[in-house]
Amino acid sequence: MGGWAIAVHGGAGIDPNLPVERQEEAKQLLTRCLNLGISALRSHCPAIDVVELVVRELETDPLFNSGRGSALTEHGTVEMEASIMDGKGRRCGAVSGLTTVKNPISLARLVMDKSPHSYLAFSGAEAFARQQGVELVDNEYFITEENKGMLKQAKEAKSILFDYRIPLPSKETCAAAAAENVLQMNGLPISVYAPETVGCVVVDGKGNCAAATSTGGLMNKMTGRIGDSPIIGSGTYACDLCAVSCTGEGEAIIRATLARDVAAVMEYKGLGLQEAVNFVIKEKLDEGKAGLIAVSSNGEVACGFNCNGMFRGCASENGFMEVGLWE
Amino acid sequence: MGWAIALHGGAGDIALNLETERREPREEGLRHCLEIGVAALKANKSPLDVVELVVRELENHPHFNAGRGSVLTRNGTVEMEASIMDGRTKKCGAVSGLTTVVNAISLARLVMENTPHIYLAFDGAEAFAREQGVETVDSSYFVTPENVARLKQAQEANRVQVDYTPPLQKEEQIPPADGESQIGTVGCVAVDGNGNLAAATSTGGLVNKMVGRIGDTPIVGAGNYANSYCAVSATGKGESIIRGTVARDVAALMEFKGLTLKEAAAYVVESVPKGTCGLIAVSATGEVTMQFNTTGMFRASATEDGHSEIGIWHPGQC
Repeated sequence: MGGWAIAVHGGAGIDPNLPVERQEEAKQLLTRCLNLGISALRSHCPAIDVVELVVRELETDPLFNSGRGSALTEHGTVEMEASIMDGKGRRCGAVSGLTTVKNPISLARLVMDKSPHSYLAFSGAEAFARQQGVELVDNEYFITEENKGMLKQAKEAKSILFDYRIPLPSKETCAAAAAENVLQMNGLPISVYAPETVGCVVVDGKGNCAAATSTGGLMNKMTGRIGDSPIIGSGTYACDLCAVSCTGEGEAIIRATLARDVAAVMEYKGLGLQEAVNFVIKEKLDEGKAGLIAVSSNGEVACGFNCNGMFRGCASENGFMEVGLWE
Repeated sequence: MGWAIALHGGAGDIALNLETERREPREEGLRHCLEIGVAALKANKSPLDVVELVVRELENHPHFNAGRGSVLTRNGTVEMEASIMDGRTKKCGAVSGLTTVVNAISLARLVMENTPHIYLAFDGAEAFAREQGVETVDSSYFVTPENVARLKQAQEANRVQVDYTPPLQKEEQIPPADGESQIGTVGCVAVDGNGNLAAATSTGGLVNKMVGRIGDTPIVGAGNYANSYCAVSATGKGESIIRGTVARDVAALMEFKGLTLKEAAAYVVESVPKGTCGLIAVSATGEVTMQFNTTGMFRASATEDGHSEIGIWHPGQC
């Protein structure tokens, strides 16, 4: 048994021109969240409680795209989603389409613990939230001025190049050709891309793994769009071998069943954790861009991404601790 | 090699003495849908077109829990979901929370082909349906008298167990009210002579489900999956199938462990709790398998070499 380990992320795909002070803010938040998780682990909290605690903190801080600070739909509203999974027994809970729940990850936990189902969405999930008495706020609480500006820019960028209703020939214009030379995530120039998702994975001192992921989704998404974050096996997965949380282009992650595939190549192909992470990032994503964090039941921690940077931090019981943005 | 097709109308605790008037229309429905699928494959339709066509037909059949004939939520409403996946490109589309769309599977296909997303749900999915001009009807079209009675029965039997206010043990919930309430879902998998694969799954969900509940059917990798190795459609207790990532695991065992289709399907069905899961699958080389750890599964299959079967219970029973 290798002791506890923890990793957190605040999304993959970072604008290389992100101001240095914003980079510092992100590092400070990641460090604070890591320390929160580390103290909980030192107090012998079970992995499932630690991932919920850390993701709540990430949701509450407006810096990353989840909870307060969530990306906006095409209508300028916030629709949040999250999922959580306990490696022990592979119990899981997920929520989508939340508009008033302050901490989606805790509602996902309640779906797991207190409902007969694994996944509740939209008005049914909101009704469940009211019944469970979780903290509710007005939708405005989640919307930041910065994200309003980002939505406007995303709409401008998309209306020219990426509107799926425009017939295909427009893709051949020189504007589109020029855009291909710009760093992109999810069809958006990286400067207006809000890294999707926050997440945390933990193995506790007893070797139990857990994973939690939460997001506001994709900037300028269609109302009703569900991404990878609430999908067990795609954005989040935990079993008795490992726990995984993914971030990036949701559609590529879903197609790749990325989180489950890390566990599956360990289970069925006998790869180690870092090998498994490298394998799925290289072989399973096709053209998609994404990143992930993972821990194994014997206390290893790993991360991987094929896009420009990932907000991340990790630590383990033997004293290792690292917070980073770039490769 | 050669084409192959399999379809199902749900797995669950199907009474061995199921009344003739409930058995025959379903057997007839399976036979009819199989014929449609086989004819389409013989006419060189793509597997993606074939699975959509067959699932549309299953949705339109009132004796199966999808489209017309969907089971009812706790509030007596219908909330349908579906997903479709193309094995060659791994493109996929999914929908949940539909209340007026006649053929959920075709909307899933439109999400795959006409949006930048994979999965749309509830009001946003309904708005997309209207924008795309698919056939919609009043919600009452989907509600059958049999399902109204089934909901009443389920609510009488389960009032205490399914209410989530008191603490409860997850494994003991949702006991079947009439032995059929867990039979949800229809699905179809197909492969053509060139090894192109596709899978489609559609459902009304679980009797007496909470409003907003999403099951395994629209979850890529859980209820539905296709890649270059195989195509899989699963049915049973959604919560078990989600945590078992059942459909993806059949493919993963072939891909990462080198198992055959039958071995992979058997391994997965064995690994989820008894009484919770059934699946149909075809491989790129034209093999077909239909396995379940429930009492029965409404199912049918055919291959190019002339094999054809329709079944409900385990071989040797009835």
